[in-house]
Amino acid sequence: MSWVLVMPIAVPFVTAVVAYLARYYPAGRWISLGGSALTLVASAVLMAAVLDQGVIAAQMSNWDAPFGITLVADYLGAVMVVITAITGLATAIYALGEIPEHVEGLGFHALFQILIAGVTGAFLTGDLFNLYVWFEVMLIASFSLLVIGGGKERLDAGIKYVALNLVSTLIFLSGIGLLYGLTGTLNMADLRGSVAELENQGLVTVIAMMFMVGFGVKAAVFPLFFWLPASYHTPYFAISAVFAGLLTKVGVYALMRMFTLVFVGDVGFTHEILIWVSALTMFVGVVGAAAQTDFRKILSFHIISQIGYMTLGLALFTPLALMGGVFYLVHHIIVKANLFFVAGLAKQYAGSTDLNRIGGLYKSAPLLAALFIIPAFSLAGFPPLSGFWAKYLIVKAAIEIDAWFIAFVALLVGLLTIFSMTKIWGMAFWKPHPDGIDPTPDRAPPVVTRAMIVPIAGLATMTIVIGFFPEPFVQFARTAAEQLLDPSDYVTTVLGGQP
Amino acid sequence: MNSVIFTAAARLLVALLFVFSLFMLLRGHHLPGGGFIGGLIGAVAFIVYSLACGPAEARKALRITPEVIAMLGLGIALLAGLFAFFMGDPLFTGQWYWVGGDSYETAAFSLNSVLVFDIGVYLVVLGGILSLTYAFEEET
Repeated sequence: MSWVLVMPIAVPFVTAVVAYLARYYPAGRWISLGGSALTLVASAVLMAAVLDQGVIAAQMSNWDAPFGITLVADYLGAVMVVITAITGLATAIYALGEIPEHVEGLGFHALFQILIAGVTGAFLTGDLFNLYVWFEVMLIASFSLLVIGGGKERLDAGIKYVALNLVSTLIFLSGIGLLYGLTGTLNMADLRGSVAELENQGLVTVIAMMFMVGFGVKAAVFPLFFWLPASYHTPYFAISAVFAGLLTKVGVYALMRMFTLVFVGDVGFTHEILIWVSALTMFVGVVGAAAQTDFRKILSFHIISQIGYMTLGLALFTPLALMGGVFYLVHHIIVKANLFFVAGLAKQYAGSTDLNRIGGLYKSAPLLAALFIIPAFSLAGFPPLSGFWAKYLIVKAAIEIDAWFIAFVALLVGLLTIFSMTKIWGMAFWKPHPDGIDPTPDRAPPVVTRAMIVPIAGLATMTIVIGFFPEPFVQFARTAAEQLLDPSDYVTTVLGGQP
Repeated sequence: MNSVIFTAAARLLVALLFVFSLFMLLRGHHLPGGGFIGGLIGAVAFIVYSLACGPAEARKALRITPEVIAMLGLGIALLAGLFAFFMGDPLFTGQWYWVGGDSYETAAFSLNSVLVFDIGVYLVVLGGILSLTYAFEEET
């Protein structure tokens, strides 16, 4: 039983070791690809087990909870693991086309696999300190991936990224220390009971705010998002797609987990703050995007704005809102990673990501244009694509509790998102190329563009499938939200028969 | 660094430090010591050597690049954890085989997966630290 939970983490680690030893040979990239496929299989097995049995947990090294490290998967954890594996596989295929050989020789594939292992570990762990360790694994791997390939711009971005993320992990770690001092446990399920019993609830709220700031930096919410647009536009496209898809979402996941499981003593205070943070995040992100003219910078600001919707789902704290938040999380990872993939291919064709210096893609690459439309309009919330259902659920949840202003902001941000997407559409696809040429992928052999278009098409298909058949996904999100709001299953499964 | 005294002393020190690091590695788990501290001491041995003879010479003495050592260590530590699978236990459960007894007090010595894990940690720390320090030394 316990190995079902271990495999999605162990497979990428083993792949990393083997891929690193084979980094100078073409075999290295195929090992990485095969490992990513195996990770997806392992994640699917985990998902099947969770669908079959509900919440499952495993005690590492046979040390019983709450003393040892517990791995636990509920509906939310399982779906995040699966979506991580899907993004990982898509990126491994995309990397076949994009990543040059000398970068592979530096250990790109090993770092990438360790990053995936770190993200998966963060989704599966049931121990607060272990969560911190996974954050560190992710940070080290992502920092190396950010600067790999060298260059002034990347180093500049990398330093900003690592400095601000270190501050966030330090705040997170201080919070962990204080919480441990108060309760004497770090097991999340155990913390739920211990924190509720504490007399000094004021101090708990202070610690809750520390966690909110720590995770908030990771999730890039207002006003802690400034590291994100400073760094996401510099690395290789495969890397920025993984970052855009997964890294901020780990922060959102951690917020969702801690603020439904542990910090629910003063919802009126903590979640009220989150509501306004979410609204500002949505709005500031989309306004920031309007001022940009670089393909990836626009997308980076849109990550921030979309994060607002997810945290809003948590902040409204009703079953419908949380359901929308979970749905949004899944939909967004697929769509956002895909948009960064498209940006990479657009650069391959037109030679730049600066929208003022490219154009004419609609005429010379109609397939790419079609594949851009799907995630772009899904992001903006056009029916019947996946983003429509996600936004619909969130806005409906806001209206249900008479939060009219929040609903208005969410709709307005959707409108402004369309503005940004049509800007990219108009400038990159419709207007003629400023150099008067037809953009062609002449710098790369067809095998490269083929490797890059396969994941784009795959993720676009998933967006359409979720859009046209939302029912099973919505049902799934509903169960996930129910488990979040009433984590008694989670707690009893982790702690076993103990009181 | 061109000091005859230091170069001569380094030969002795390196051997001594290295033996001590292995001692710390084997002493671990039941007594203070273990893979992490052993790896650090082992790294110090190679750092002393590189200070005395230069990083190029030290790399030659190591034979394998430090990055590969670290990754191999990660692999060994993982294998030690995955070994529990064949015994039907969760990941990283220690597997013990006592020789000449049935516990730490009575047995002469033991074969166990914990030591394998510690060796993995030793190599990760050794490789990690050395890849950092060599990079710094070669830069200047």
